[in-house]
Amino acid sequence: MITYILRRLLYTIPIVIGVLLLTFFLFTVVGGDISQQIAGKNADAQTIAEIRHEYGFDKPLFWSLDSQFLDHFKKALTFNFGRALDREKISEKILRGVGPSLSLTAPMFFGTLAISISLSLLVAFARGTWLDVTVVVLCVAGMSIPYLSFIIFGQYFFAYKIGAFPIMYMPEQSMTYSLALPILIGIAAGLGANLRFYRTVMLDEMRSDYVRTAFAKGLSTPKVLFKHVLKNAMIPIITNVVLVIPFLVLGSFLLERFFGIPGLGSLMIEAFASRDYFIINAMTFIFALLICFFTVLTDICYALVDPRIQFE
Amino acid sequence: MNKIQSTNLITEEILPGRSLWADGIRRLRKRPLAMICFVIMILYGGLAVFEFAAELAGWEKASVAHWNEITGPSYQKPFAPYEWIKEDGSKQIRREWFGTDFLGRSTFRRTLYGAKTSITVALCASLISLAIGVPLGAIAGYFRGWIDDLVLWVLSTLDTIPYIVLIMAFAVILRERTVFGLHLRGITAVYLAMGLTSWVGICRLIRGEIIKRKESEYVLAARATGCSNRRIIFRHLLPNVFHIIIINLSLRFVGFIHAEVILSFLGLGETDKPSWGAMIDSARAELARDVWWEMTAATAAIFLLSLALNLFGDALRDCLDPKLRVD
Repeated sequence: MITYILRRLLYTIPIVIGVLLLTFFLFTVVGGDISQQIAGKNADAQTIAEIRHEYGFDKPLFWSLDSQFLDHFKKALTFNFGRALDREKISEKILRGVGPSLSLTAPMFFGTLAISISLSLLVAFARGTWLDVTVVVLCVAGMSIPYLSFIIFGQYFFAYKIGAFPIMYMPEQSMTYSLALPILIGIAAGLGANLRFYRTVMLDEMRSDYVRTAFAKGLSTPKVLFKHVLKNAMIPIITNVVLVIPFLVLGSFLLERFFGIPGLGSLMIEAFASRDYFIINAMTFIFALLICFFTVLTDICYALVDPRIQFE
Repeated sequence: MNKIQSTNLITEEILPGRSLWADGIRRLRKRPLAMICFVIMILYGGLAVFEFAAELAGWEKASVAHWNEITGPSYQKPFAPYEWIKEDGSKQIRREWFGTDFLGRSTFRRTLYGAKTSITVALCASLISLAIGVPLGAIAGYFRGWIDDLVLWVLSTLDTIPYIVLIMAFAVILRERTVFGLHLRGITAVYLAMGLTSWVGICRLIRGEIIKRKESEYVLAARATGCSNRRIIFRHLLPNVFHIIIINLSLRFVGFIHAEVILSFLGLGETDKPSWGAMIDSARAELARDVWWEMTAATAAIFLLSLALNLFGDALRDCLDPKLRVD
């Protein structure tokens, strides 16, 4: 077991190096020198040279002991990402954003999960009936509406027209009141794809022989559904669920942007808008690490849930 | 010989064989919903071609294609009649189907033009991702060894970065840049960013399929008759997984159209010409003034096309690859 986990963790090293190479290529080699942009249009040559020196743009790209390439790796591996364009420490910015992001996405995640799994069991049980067909058509319809439209219309009707919720995030109000609408919109927008996925998973299980046996020996429907089907459907559900968790930290950046929630998603979008490659770089690396970690976790959960899987 | 003749006597006649595609299309024809979706897709495609031709040839008569023409007062409500003085001074009672925007341009015409922008973006992005993903996946799956390791490493690396972050990063970096003498602006940067980031899925899929099929009898037969590796991959294996590419593509198309909306919202999309993403983006400020029609028109246009593509893609999968069927 421990050797298996260690080996899985070793596999992530080349991937982390790959991510670092890619971000270096994107943001340093291609993105390059943004000193002109930092200094502004009317800056003289000396100011630009100072800025170039401060951010290290004047260092050689490769082939030197203090090259930007080595610097990039050193920064990432020591988690010392330096300062953003507004001179604030990037690590502080990121830590500040985690809380609001999680308080938006965690309820969204659990809400979507609970609703879609219970509905999918119901729909899979009623397969072939009008209820099933209606739900599937509604799911596809929900998937066909752009995410942005969900947010804009939701904000317009429920916050602006009806006034049941605040339009923007208000730090002085309670979290529940401020975040209720974005959470609801997020659940509504994600429900279609999730429900459809879980329905397929449940249907695959419903067709197995053990379900027929369970019904044949006279078990009640709820017992078959929740004790037999749900347990066996855990494997595909876990893969799907665990891999979504890193994205919870990223937050739903569109929702955060629209409702002015000061989370990591807002930070990311602001960084893209101001072309602050330092922040984008740091966040991409941290997300990549999180995703690597949760991929390993998925494999371990897999083995724990399914006794047929050997630690090879 | 006798045996064959006797079986012939029993079955009376030998049915002519049908190809996978003929069989699939025959099954598809029996599904009215899929055929309706197909017609909708054709209509959208035809619209895009029409707008393209009208713009290229500069047709004067095709007034529907003139999205930039001012046809009424600004923020005119849909279907509401209004008085409009034409260029020659004559008065006319007009009504706009979907209303007008802040400059008095017809929302209807802009929505129609948006079809051209969005479909061009999705089509070019699909072609780029196919051109990278399919050969790479096929070669990795066929040769295995170090090539496979290398491709898998690139795939896992790209998979580790959240897709939307990757696409935004590419779009930011490619924008307003000159590559090989080609100035990347507007939608060119958009579909390049999407194409260069989205080939991962199709590459993985093709690699898996090739690994599954490369030991099959027809590949062995091809190798026994002395076919080169290149011939086996491109003439024998890839045609046999082609339907998987098509199914994947029809579902991927929707993703590209929706990604264009997000990129436009972030200010990384088309800026000079109307696109659905740009319409939704500009409409978000106008909603506060109760101008709901621009937003609704763009959303409805995306919704209808996505719905048709989703349903058609599902039907196509059911008809072409029964093993992939979900129910």
